Amino acid sequence: MRTRTRNLACLLAAGLVLGAAGCGGDAGGGGGGKDAASGKNAKVTITVGCQPPKSNKIERQEWDEDVAAFEKLHPDIDIESKDAFPCINPETFQAKLAGGTMEDVFYVYYTDVKKIIQNRQAADISPYVGTLKNYAHIRPDVMSVFKDGDKVYGVPRNTYSMGLVYNRKLFSQAGLNPDAPPKTWAEVREAAKKIAGLGGGVVGFGEYSAGNTGGWHFTASLYARGGDVVTPDGTKAAFNSAEGKAVLENLKQMRWTDNSMGTKQLHQWEDLMRLMGSGKLGMMIGAPDVVQAVNNDFRGKYEDYGVAAVPEAKASLAGGDGYMFHPKATPEKIRAGLLWLEYLKLTPGKGQFDYERGKRLNRPVGLPYPDFYAPGTPPGDQILADREKFATVPVEHFTSYVEASPNIPNKLEPPKAQELYALLDKPMSAVLTNRDANIDQLLAEAASKADQVLSKG
Amino acid sequence: MTTTTAPRPARGPFRNALRRNLTAYGFLSGALIVFAFFSWYPMVREILLSFQKTNFVDPPEWVGLANLRTVFADAAFADAWLNTLAFTGLALVFGYGVPFLAAIVLNELRHARAYLRFIVYVPVMLPPAVAVLLFKWFYDPGPGLFNQILDVFSIPGLSWLDSSSTALVSLVIVSTWMNMGTGTLIYLAALQSIPGELYEAAELDGAGLFKRVWHVTIPQTRLILLVMLLLQIVATMQVFIEPYLLTGGGPENATVTVAYLMYQYAFNYGDFGGGGALGLMLMVVLMIFSAVYLRVSRDDQG
Repeated sequence: MRTRTRNLACLLAAGLVLGAAGCGGDAGGGGGGKDAASGKNAKVTITVGCQPPKSNKIERQEWDEDVAAFEKLHPDIDIESKDAFPCINPETFQAKLAGGTMEDVFYVYYTDVKKIIQNRQAADISPYVGTLKNYAHIRPDVMSVFKDGDKVYGVPRNTYSMGLVYNRKLFSQAGLNPDAPPKTWAEVREAAKKIAGLGGGVVGFGEYSAGNTGGWHFTASLYARGGDVVTPDGTKAAFNSAEGKAVLENLKQMRWTDNSMGTKQLHQWEDLMRLMGSGKLGMMIGAPDVVQAVNNDFRGKYEDYGVAAVPEAKASLAGGDGYMFHPKATPEKIRAGLLWLEYLKLTPGKGQFDYERGKRLNRPVGLPYPDFYAPGTPPGDQILADREKFATVPVEHFTSYVEASPNIPNKLEPPKAQELYALLDKPMSAVLTNRDANIDQLLAEAASKADQVLSKG
Repeated sequence: MTTTTAPRPARGPFRNALRRNLTAYGFLSGALIVFAFFSWYPMVREILLSFQKTNFVDPPEWVGLANLRTVFADAAFADAWLNTLAFTGLALVFGYGVPFLAAIVLNELRHARAYLRFIVYVPVMLPPAVAVLLFKWFYDPGPGLFNQILDVFSIPGLSWLDSSSTALVSLVIVSTWMNMGTGTLIYLAALQSIPGELYEAAELDGAGLFKRVWHVTIPQTRLILLVMLLLQIVATMQVFIEPYLLTGGGPENATVTVAYLMYQYAFNYGDFGGGGALGLMLMVVLMIFSAVYLRVSRDDQG
């Protein structure tokens, strides 16, 4: 009995020591020790984020094939893929950095890039980007997302600008021509009214207003009307303007006068995706990636959706994603990571641009993105040609978006994006939930709060 | 176990005592380790964080009270505290009273008590996210369950979450529904420990149901009631998942709570210092409240 007791105590004591050791090792960062064991030829192991989840079989298969092919091509590089869905979310991003499990090559949305650079949470890769063969052909506006001054901190994977996503089926049912989507806000209102008139819980036009997504779409609509969120020097709010008022006024009219926006509001990202996917939503502001998300994860079907340019667009909010590097990544890892990204994400005919394989695996090919190579450059042209050649989705459903795009300048998100979006949720939710919302007052209040946020630098 | 007699010669009282209690210390250390790593260490970390600026890569930088000043100057700061206090107050009215009443009713029932007890406790077993999303459907101002029910009685529907005047109350209802099971079971246990003679005596004295509750039930369960009040307030002040999942802080900031703002700072603004500062404030407020409360209720008893 007694020896057993003592053993138990020893076990617990050992557990304590192990536990302490296990918790002590959180300072390291990007797992620098992993490749130390293999001495020969200094093989580099890099961890890479955003491997497609198991539930997305085809894309995962493509990814795994690409890893195998790449490792054959570069026997000295070992790719360790990390899957997650979604690839990034704010909760895990900081936790992964703090816990030392952040990938060497990690995935980001444009929205967060500036903040990550400012917080020094990504490595400066300027000395190495020269190794990318097509680097010079990437659109300067896209690269500016990942730059701070002359320094480069990442490369794009996807880029798209906002348009008007609509349900072609509902258009037909409401007696509208799905091949002639609305070109003005007046036409949007008319179409929304007709679609909402179908009844059965169908919403004509949907808009976000909660969890910072309201501010995000306010920004998209404001840009489209030619307005701006902040002054050019980024020190003051600029959205309390005629354009800002027009955005809110239009929503207010659609919500309360036309009754075409449904009764349920406070939508966040998923809510509109679900509505769109279930065929209950006529139109929303969104990029072509919405169609992909709706198809992949929300049970919609490609052929039912179309994308047009935002009505009367003077500019378009650019969105997208890309990859950055662990702040403690070694030069070897950065070089290896860039080689991998070049193979997977930046080379025409390879990786994400292997449209031939996409067609063979019956994957959607032909959605009008990503176009981060400037038109007229060799990679840009080849990607467009391949996409047309191997198209599997009805490309004509995106014609009006594609035709309008070259004439609409892309615009990036404002500084302190999430803070400003949180502030701008308020006027958005106000006009959508309160019939008597005072637009002038809401914008003035939000502007003075935004000035405070911006003044903190 | 405690009566272990040592077959070997004793080697001093201290060693003996230690050996005797080794098992106890062994078991205790398990709890201590878990508390230390998952509760105390994060707490200390949190307090340190609120005086630091950190990116989790470089060594943190001490910034004094700058984080506190930042959150203090935030336009949503006052909203968050007012909403949190309002939520806590409303949750007291509903969340504190309802389980007690439910327990009294359950206790009075002669039949199907076990079944009903189970029913009352089911929501606690649902993952909070599921329960909350369920209410998203119920609250839909169009085809939602609640408005459909109101419609049957020809009562005009409410906007529920979609109006700044009803959103917070709607969250309180969700929260009460999700959490009342635990409270009800605890009250029920307390009620069942009240000797039946007290009720019989009250009945003989001609006391009705209300008087029996007032003069017998409440005094007999007073201690439990006091503890539950404290726990309830401490828990509801930290409300997060309801506004996070149901309203995203809206409409018009009507459901931004302190914990929600903390989340915004830490995760969306990438400012863990700011989030930590808010957490520290909330902790200090709750500690002061708890201390005062315990003091007052102790004096009250003495």
